[in-house]
Amino acid sequence: MAGLEDLYKEIVIDHYRSPRNRGELETPPAQHAEGLNPLCGDEVHVYVQVEDEVITEVAIGGQGCSISQASASMMSAAIKGKSLAEVRELSTAVKSMMSIHEQSLEDDDSGVLPEPPEVELGDLEALKGVVKYPVRIKCATLGWNTLAEALQS
Amino acid sequence: MSDAGQPTLDTAAVRADFPIFDGPVNGRELVYLDSSGTSQKPRQVLDSMHAFYVEANANVHRGAYYLSDQASRRMEGARTKVARFIGATEAEEVIFTKNATEALNLIAASWGRANLQAGDAVVLTVIEHHANIVPWHMLAAERGIELRFIGIGEDGHLDLSNLDTLLDGAKLVSFTAMSNVLGTLTPVARIAEAAHAAGALVAIDACQYVPHLPTRLADLGVDFMAFSGHKMCGPTGVGVLWARREILEAMPPFLGGGGMIANVTLDGFTTAELPHKFEAGTPPIAEIVGLGAAVDYLDGLGMEAVRRHEVELTSYFLRTIKERHGDDVTVHGPSEPSERGGVFSFEYKDVHPHDLSQVLDEHGVNVRAGHHCAKPLMKELGVGATARASLYIYNNESDVDRLVEALDDASDLFSF
Ligand SMILES: Cc1ncc(COP(=O)(O)O)c(C=O)c1O
Repeated sequence: MAGLEDLYKEIVIDHYRSPRNRGELETPPAQHAEGLNPLCGDEVHVYVQVEDEVITEVAIGGQGCSISQASASMMSAAIKGKSLAEVRELSTAVKSMMSIHEQSLEDDDSGVLPEPPEVELGDLEALKGVVKYPVRIKCATLGWNTLAEALQS
Repeated sequence: MSDAGQPTLDTAAVRADFPIFDGPVNGRELVYLDSSGTSQKPRQVLDSMHAFYVEANANVHRGAYYLSDQASRRMEGARTKVARFIGATEAEEVIFTKNATEALNLIAASWGRANLQAGDAVVLTVIEHHANIVPWHMLAAERGIELRFIGIGEDGHLDLSNLDTLLDGAKLVSFTAMSNVLGTLTPVARIAEAAHAAGALVAIDACQYVPHLPTRLADLGVDFMAFSGHKMCGPTGVGVLWARREILEAMPPFLGGGGMIANVTLDGFTTAELPHKFEAGTPPIAEIVGLGAAVDYLDGLGMEAVRRHEVELTSYFLRTIKERHGDDVTVHGPSEPSERGGVFSFEYKDVHPHDLSQVLDEHGVNVRAGHHCAKPLMKELGVGATARASLYIYNNESDVDRLVEALDDASDLFSF
């Protein structure tokens, strides 16, 4: 519908309808964290199995709005098989994709264009539209924040 | 309540009093359906606050000078208006707080600490706003009091079948007079009577009640009542605790500081008379004046008419949304308009409330999505969140139509 296509990109809706890597992993060996958005009740559960600094398995559970669930699904697809260093870079790139735009909105006439992220974001780029809807940034980053917690646990 | 032939509201005239409806908001005509969150403010309220600042601004109860006296008079005038509005017998029983949340915390922290010991029971309900749960959890952690909960039964009503058991040995029953999620009007007088018979005091969270129904304390029969100014056309920053004089007099003060003392020495202090005993520090004077103007405004409309309008629009809402969307929509709470207020938590197909409210916003339709500060109730309902539309004096049938139509778009985008 008019106006919302930036937010609800086809690929985002696709991940919401058919979430990837849905399920649970046995803990241990997997690590696990549950993220909660206290404002709206969105929940994302992240399970990751790490072997030799590489994420070999990932599973996602939880419930919530399209943005929180699609973002977690896209994240799971993006991090599977990646090294922890690569995952950290991805996470930073995704978050800065959102906050870079926040800054450029606040500071319109600076003339400085946001730096393109150096990491290949692939499908994750589709979440860029979220920056126009500040309330939803928390939904979009919930999966990534929960992943960070799972990796620390 | 909806007696045929009785005057209801002229919503066009009401809307004209609210500047926010003058122009487009974010480029769209505003359909404001979140008055349970906070109401919009009429010009009369905004003007009264402006007038206070330009004509009478000074601190209150401080100086012998003219301006300070003017400020005090306006503030105390507002107290008298609020007292009359709720049917209090004395203005001194009206304590101004920051909001209903602070009023409920005041009950728990002051009355609760002075009167409750380990093992004492406080009875709440599962439909409470967090503001009437967390202060009691805090006291339970500190004092070891027992919390008991009235459950939810048929059609969004409280389940009172085990009320006598719950009340046995209870010291206080504290519950909402109208649910901010389900719209349920609870049987306040009946619960109050049973509680008193069991030797317990009664507090109500009237946040959603006072703005929407004629409030007669004598009929409600409660001992404490809390509500917020900003949900009844008043400004943010001011709320009310009402309680019976004997209870307030026996309670220790809540916050300490200026304004609440009779005398202070290096060894201690004595407290001021009511209501000042509970109003430490400079109060939100302009906001209190604004609340007084809000009460005048609602009195001008007539609370009977306000309630009739809401019952009529509630009937229209329930009928229209069902006619258009049938089983695709579930509205929580009582199905009988006379047993509820105009607050509707609803589900639409499988569309998540967040997505629903985003799509509706695209049509200028403002509804809230989330747990509405009632997480235990969400759990009872078996949902993580709901979308919530709520009505007030400026809403009309066209607002309901716009919401009902906009739902189709959510369906196009999300049904699968
Ligand atoms: C039933 C109920 N109780 C308490 C509150 C808290 O009100 P406030 O945030 O103004 O203190 C609200 C408002 O959200 C409410 O609806």
